[in-house]
Amino acid sequence: MKMELIQPFINAADAVLSQGLNSPMEIGNLTMDKDAYRLQGVAAMVELTGDIEGRVIFDAAPKTAAKIASKIAGTEIPETDSLVREAVCELANQVIGNAVATLNDQGFHFRVHPPQPHTSEHGPKITPDTEALVLCFETSSGNVFMNIALRYSGSAANGVSA
Amino acid sequence: MEQFSPIKRSKDGQAVRYLLVDDSVFARKNLARIIESFGGEIAGEAGDGMTAITEYERAKPDIVLMDITMPQMEGIESAEKIVQQNPDARIVMVSSVGYQENIVAALQRGARHFVQKPVKPEVLYEVIKYVLGEDGVVAAAAGAGA
Repeated sequence: MKMELIQPFINAADAVLSQGLNSPMEIGNLTMDKDAYRLQGVAAMVELTGDIEGRVIFDAAPKTAAKIASKIAGTEIPETDSLVREAVCELANQVIGNAVATLNDQGFHFRVHPPQPHTSEHGPKITPDTEALVLCFETSSGNVFMNIALRYSGSAANGVSA
Repeated sequence: MEQFSPIKRSKDGQAVRYLLVDDSVFARKNLARIIESFGGEIAGEAGDGMTAITEYERAKPDIVLMDITMPQMEGIESAEKIVQQNPDARIVMVSSVGYQENIVAALQRGARHFVQKPVKPEVLYEVIKYVLGEDGVVAAAAGAGA
């Protein structure tokens, strides 16, 4: 995957998490993942179709997810509350939506599908021609992970290798 | 959360009534919290564009805050249908997918404004005042100038 695809996601995560949590965050580990992604606990997946295809998974450990949801909502939300999953979905929507807006303004045209919660231990298997990049964001509420598996498709793929 | 000077309806001095449309319950709750800090009242909520149309007819809100990416019917199509039936409807798109094409499409199909998610309350406050125009008035905050 080229950095031109990844950078907008990093910038968007920085902006959304820093604003939502009202504190700066840092980028931690960055790893490549060729197998099924092992989820941390509370996850949301957003599918992209168009010039760029693939999916982005946004997830966090249940305790971290609850802390983040509580901070954004301005009230204590227990780990077991369904709002925690909703919060992770909404954060995924905001991060990915902001990144997509940047990429779209750069000339890539694609559609963002509504976020889907993921509850199984493993994320979806990665197709042979796509590898995933896992980014760890260290926030004041704990680590948040973003697993990005994207590739150019259609006319965007001509002469461009992801 | 910061409290803003309440925005009232100029015709009767009552609270501005809002319809919140977003498929995320969490997003609606956060928007509701922001709206309440503006002195607004939640007239209704909807989780998709189709329900938004019926909720609009039921609640007849002063302002609709509408997400774009939603199941069943997306926000831009829903906004267009509401405005076709109610040309005076004031719809503000509130979405993270804020690229130029989307914003232009929303405005061409009847939305009055666009606010990027994550929502900054101070930005939304100014947009609400702008969209209400002469139909809205900023009242003195409670306790101010007493």
